[in-house]
Amino acid sequence: MDNSLIAQILFYFFALVTVASACLVVFSRNLIYSAFGLLFAFFGVAAFYVLLGADFLAATQMVIYVGGILVLLLFGVMLTHKLYDMKLKSEVFQFWPAVILMLGLFLAIVTALLKARWFHGNVKPPEPTTAAIGNLFMTEYILPFEIASIFLLIALIGAAMIIRRKPE
Amino acid sequence: MIELNHYLIVSAALFSLGMICVLIRKNAVHVLMGIELILNAANLNLVAFSRFSAANLNGQLFAIFVIVIAAAETAVALAIVLSMYRLLKSVNLDRADTLKG
Repeated sequence: MDNSLIAQILFYFFALVTVASACLVVFSRNLIYSAFGLLFAFFGVAAFYVLLGADFLAATQMVIYVGGILVLLLFGVMLTHKLYDMKLKSEVFQFWPAVILMLGLFLAIVTALLKARWFHGNVKPPEPTTAAIGNLFMTEYILPFEIASIFLLIALIGAAMIIRRKPE
Repeated sequence: MIELNHYLIVSAALFSLGMICVLIRKNAVHVLMGIELILNAANLNLVAFSRFSAANLNGQLFAIFVIVIAAAETAVALAIVLSMYRLLKSVNLDRADTLKG
């Protein structure tokens, strides 16, 4: 077996995992199942990053999405439902109109993609990206980098202020 | 051979599923999960174009900024959802109609 065949098998496997767990997120009636579907969808996207040669981004996806955002969402599920309410149902409305609309949009996107002729650069074999990303952050992208840090600080303070109990 | 279009189609599927989740759910936390799927689809597009079309790292840097913004957005949105739960004893989005008059 050569490399491209293995890459194809891996791609289709991870595509199946990602789309199936995204379907679980969307169509499950139990919020906990949805959260676990989201876990596997994030893992699948991280695997795509590895296949695309973005190693640093895959690690970032693992740490921030799986370790941060998903835990935060699980906290959100747990804190907004009574603990004895173990069913955690999430109701559905306008199911078929939304599904038909989005299926149409998906087919439109796919036909547009297949008709488009993208510019193809010369694809280099993947190499470690961490040092190059660090260099870009400290030179060309220094202003967005600093703005992002201030933005995170503002979001931290803002979230703490919103959720704070008012002193009686 | 896996081409650019393969990744773009997977990303379109993720986007459509996330949009369905946003449209059909009334639970605010569930809607946030759909938004995370949409952001992941956008990121996948950025990284795929960065690999196949641009052949440089700018798309990956954009994806990192998107992840930063997604983290901040989730934190603030969950704070809002929790204070809504404290106020209304519910996270049903139809109940948040105080401004409706």
